[in-house]
Amino acid sequence: MALLSLFRFMRACCLAGLVGLAVFIAGAAPALAAFVLPPLPYPAEALAPSIDATTMTIHHDRHHGAYVANLNARIADHPELEQLSLEDLQGRISRYPAAVRNNGGGHYNHSLFWRVMAPPGQGGTPSPQLQAAITAAFDSPEALQQRFAQAAADRFGSGWAWLIRRPDGSLAITSTANQDNPLMDLPGIERGVPLLGLDVWEHAYYLDYQNRRPDYIAAWWSLVNWNEVNRRFAEGLDASGASKS
Amino acid sequence: MAHQLPELPYGLDALEPHISRQTLEFHHGKHHAAYVTNLNKLIEGGDLEAKSLEEVILAVAGDATKAGVFNNAAQVWNHSFYWQCIKPGGGGAPSGALADKIAADFGSFEAFSEQFKTAGATQFGSGWAWLVLDGGTLKITKTANADLPLAHGQKALLTMDVWEHAYYLDYQNRRPDYMTTYLDKLVNWDFVAANLAAA
Ligand SMILES: [Fe+2]
Ligand SMILES: [Fe+2]
Repeated sequence: MALLSLFRFMRACCLAGLVGLAVFIAGAAPALAAFVLPPLPYPAEALAPSIDATTMTIHHDRHHGAYVANLNARIADHPELEQLSLEDLQGRISRYPAAVRNNGGGHYNHSLFWRVMAPPGQGGTPSPQLQAAITAAFDSPEALQQRFAQAAADRFGSGWAWLIRRPDGSLAITSTANQDNPLMDLPGIERGVPLLGLDVWEHAYYLDYQNRRPDYIAAWWSLVNWNEVNRRFAEGLDASGASKS
Repeated sequence: MAHQLPELPYGLDALEPHISRQTLEFHHGKHHAAYVTNLNKLIEGGDLEAKSLEEVILAVAGDATKAGVFNNAAQVWNHSFYWQCIKPGGGGAPSGALADKIAADFGSFEAFSEQFKTAGATQFGSGWAWLVLDGGTLKITKTANADLPLAHGQKALLTMDVWEHAYYLDYQNRRPDYMTTYLDKLVNWDFVAANLAAA
């Protein structure tokens, strides 16, 4: 009898402890996981052979995953980050230290990157409106591709090449170092809404192309998801898939 | 006299399994070689053509209009130096005057190792971690992309390449594992000691 009571007592304590732990985790989780790694919008092998499944998996799960985890680790120091959208954070990034800039930029850029790519043959074509803007800015789609590729090749070290929509509605090609992007309020950055972004960090292509960055850039062009570029151009606002919980 | 790609001071597979033959083939035979080729193209027929590599670097450092020359020249220098900083059967702790100097300026070899790895881990993007002599004192620094101690009035004693191409085929995203291996298995302390003695 006494043993049974003790057993019941222990079970009750144990359950209470578990409930308490669950409450603790539930209460703490939102503050520690405000930014979420979005899943790839297609299977990891869907972009092969231009980008193989191993690269996609490591790039998404480990590199992008680390940016999200490291950004969330900064929330303790900057609690207001929880109230900011990922897009709004970029526009006021100058107020934050390098760890927020690097990881916040890394999260935004990669969230965009996955969405502006599509499996071969599924990316559609530029809309008539985008076609007109491309002709106005670059004369031809071929010139756009050539100039975009040049910007991507010329970025020394790690960074990104971008097609942006400027505040006046016109298109431009830019490039940023490391994980900076055209939304950031930083000196030296030509600002605009990113329509298309190409990751030219070596991790994006080294397993597939090693030192041959130009081959990666050329192959990547066939993966562009023009449906997503059209959508972003039409909105003129940033509504990428990058999200918080 | 055009700048030359130096031979590796060891065989392509001499650093395995820590750094693979494949990595050295690309890193030395493609990346380093491309910096040499690009530099020679950029300075051909100009004032810089007759200068030594160090003179070229110092002549264009800080000049934004000469960034291409600086990047390629500095990367030629950095890689030539990097190959000598590692060797088969290297790593561990140094001895002699170098060990004494490290203990005096960092407190301990362990403190040096931690600072050196932190510099490599926090060099966001592409770049280098360094042990330098600065006004008689050993210091740990890090530089972005092609930048190097020579452009900052410091004497380089040791460097670790943390561009992703230095480790991606062997370690992928695990830069900390590459850095630990670099210190434990690869550092050529004899080269570092000679650099210190010559300073
Ligand atoms: Fe990336
Ligand atoms: Fe390198």
